[in-house]
Amino acid sequence: MTHNEKQKLEELLTAVEQRVPGAIEGSERPYDDLVILVKRAQCHEVLKFFREQGFDLLSDIAGVDLLGVEHKDRFQLVYILYSIANDLRLRVKVNVPEDDMNVPSVSDIWHSANWAEREAYDMFGFHFEGHPNLSRILCHSEFEGHALRKDYPIMKGQWATTSTDLMSHLEEE
Amino acid sequence: MNTGRPVMSDARTDKTLSVTDEEIIARAQEVDETTLEDLDTEPLYINVGPTHPATHGTFRIFCKINGETIERAAVEVGYLHRGFEKIVETKQYTQVIPYTDRLNYCSSLVNNVGFCKAVERMLGVQITPRTEIIRVIVCEIQRIMDHMICVGANLVDIGALTNFWYFFNAREQLNNLLEALTGARLTYTYVRVGGLAWDLPEGFEDRVKAVLSEVPKAIADVSGLVRRNRIFVDRCRDIGVMSAEDAVSYGFTGPCLRASGVDFDLRKKRPYYHYDEFDFDVPLGEHGDCYDRIFVRVEEMKQSLRIVEQALKILPGGPINIDDKDIMLPPKEDVHNSMEALINHFKLIIEGIQPPAGEIYDAIEAPNGELGFYIVSDGSQHPYRIKCRPPCFYTMNALKKMIQGGMMADIVAILGGLNIIAGELDR
Repeated sequence: MTHNEKQKLEELLTAVEQRVPGAIEGSERPYDDLVILVKRAQCHEVLKFFREQGFDLLSDIAGVDLLGVEHKDRFQLVYILYSIANDLRLRVKVNVPEDDMNVPSVSDIWHSANWAEREAYDMFGFHFEGHPNLSRILCHSEFEGHALRKDYPIMKGQWATTSTDLMSHLEEE
Repeated sequence: MNTGRPVMSDARTDKTLSVTDEEIIARAQEVDETTLEDLDTEPLYINVGPTHPATHGTFRIFCKINGETIERAAVEVGYLHRGFEKIVETKQYTQVIPYTDRLNYCSSLVNNVGFCKAVERMLGVQITPRTEIIRVIVCEIQRIMDHMICVGANLVDIGALTNFWYFFNAREQLNNLLEALTGARLTYTYVRVGGLAWDLPEGFEDRVKAVLSEVPKAIADVSGLVRRNRIFVDRCRDIGVMSAEDAVSYGFTGPCLRASGVDFDLRKKRPYYHYDEFDFDVPLGEHGDCYDRIFVRVEEMKQSLRIVEQALKILPGGPINIDDKDIMLPPKEDVHNSMEALINHFKLIIEGIQPPAGEIYDAIEAPNGELGFYIVSDGSQHPYRIKCRPPCFYTMNALKKMIQGGMMADIVAILGGLNIIAGELDR
């Protein structure tokens, strides 16, 4: 990463702290990337701010299960953002406790969040509030549990017998 | 007007019917004013897939159609879900490489490179200059091959079979080339963390030059047949249009995004392996329709040829693997002849590569778009979490929007141009 990019990212970090006070829990710089830790309650506001700042591409949303790792909360959501106009990459991290997995949906900010959030719900069980159609996407609708959680046994198979009725998916925008 | 039932038993055979001209005109007017909406129609629900020859993979498109128009659609994926991200958590980093082959199986080498590059960045190693250029050469050859499948198959779907064979003649040559290099024709597993499985075979450079000289002819043949072909243009122009803004919001990357006119290519924006030193252009479309998506790919093949040509000129000599006992296995002849190398070999096989604890997101420009790997390491030999960002998962998200309001027959035209590969879509 060039010095210029680093400077721009640090400026963004200061700007977001002013814009949404108290939302930023901290920041990390692993391998020269900027990772911003955001409080769950304000993550929608912060991500909307980054969208306004030119981060028009939500590359991916990755869920992480930190079961057994010394960490405040069990789950983490990582939003990987990219700004095409400014060539900047940024990650926003949100800690999510096991007993309350509600996270505001960002599908109103980026269309790509629609399927990305469905995948995170399917694999980990995050509940995205305000998502237009929060249903399983890679696993079958009859699947029980969440496959990528660390306590889901890797060899455990499940029988799914009926085909999914997609009528309810038809009307989704 | 005609009354009564002529074939009923009480019908009189001697009775003739007369219809006046006024009656005929009135009836004709009535029919004229009847439109499709006046007919008592019901919506028809129809499944395209999960096994349909033109979807080139297993996914299901559920459509509510009115006549031939798709009113609403729902897309269901996951039929090829193999649990890639779950399996790799139990594997060593080197053992993940064959699994990456099965993501986008039309260009497996690029997936190998993408994964190994991310792990190398985690380990903080710099691969040798020769390996960098070899990786560029094989990646660009794979890009040509991937685009050949995509464009060729898309053209078959809309009725132009000949082009497929023109491309596949050339692709067969490229496949033979990579078979000579890797020993495989589909899942190559050629790249290693810190280097490559082995060096180029003797005379490989000349073979590449000879084979690549065939490709421009195939491209010219196909472009000549379809570029201004009335049927092709009618099937593709203004079909499945994505505006630049929508394309970015849906997370499009690669040729599909560039067809909408957005200049985003990781080889230019975030250059790796000296891509910034190669002279090549990034072709852009204007309309974001099927036609542009096909021809952006065709132009990209030409640019890839330019890159390979330049890479062959500057291909340096020297070793292909880095000299690090914790990452690379020692050469086989040393393992057979020295105790230290044998111990090194055993230890590395048992303990595996152990990147420092931390997380990384690293992406490369795969033929389909941004192929990213988000890797979390806990410092052990097994990756704690690998999230693969497959480019076509996000493209598929937009399919619903692209086909709604269009015709049934356009589904295959649109789908083919998006190059959905179920292997990386469902992982």
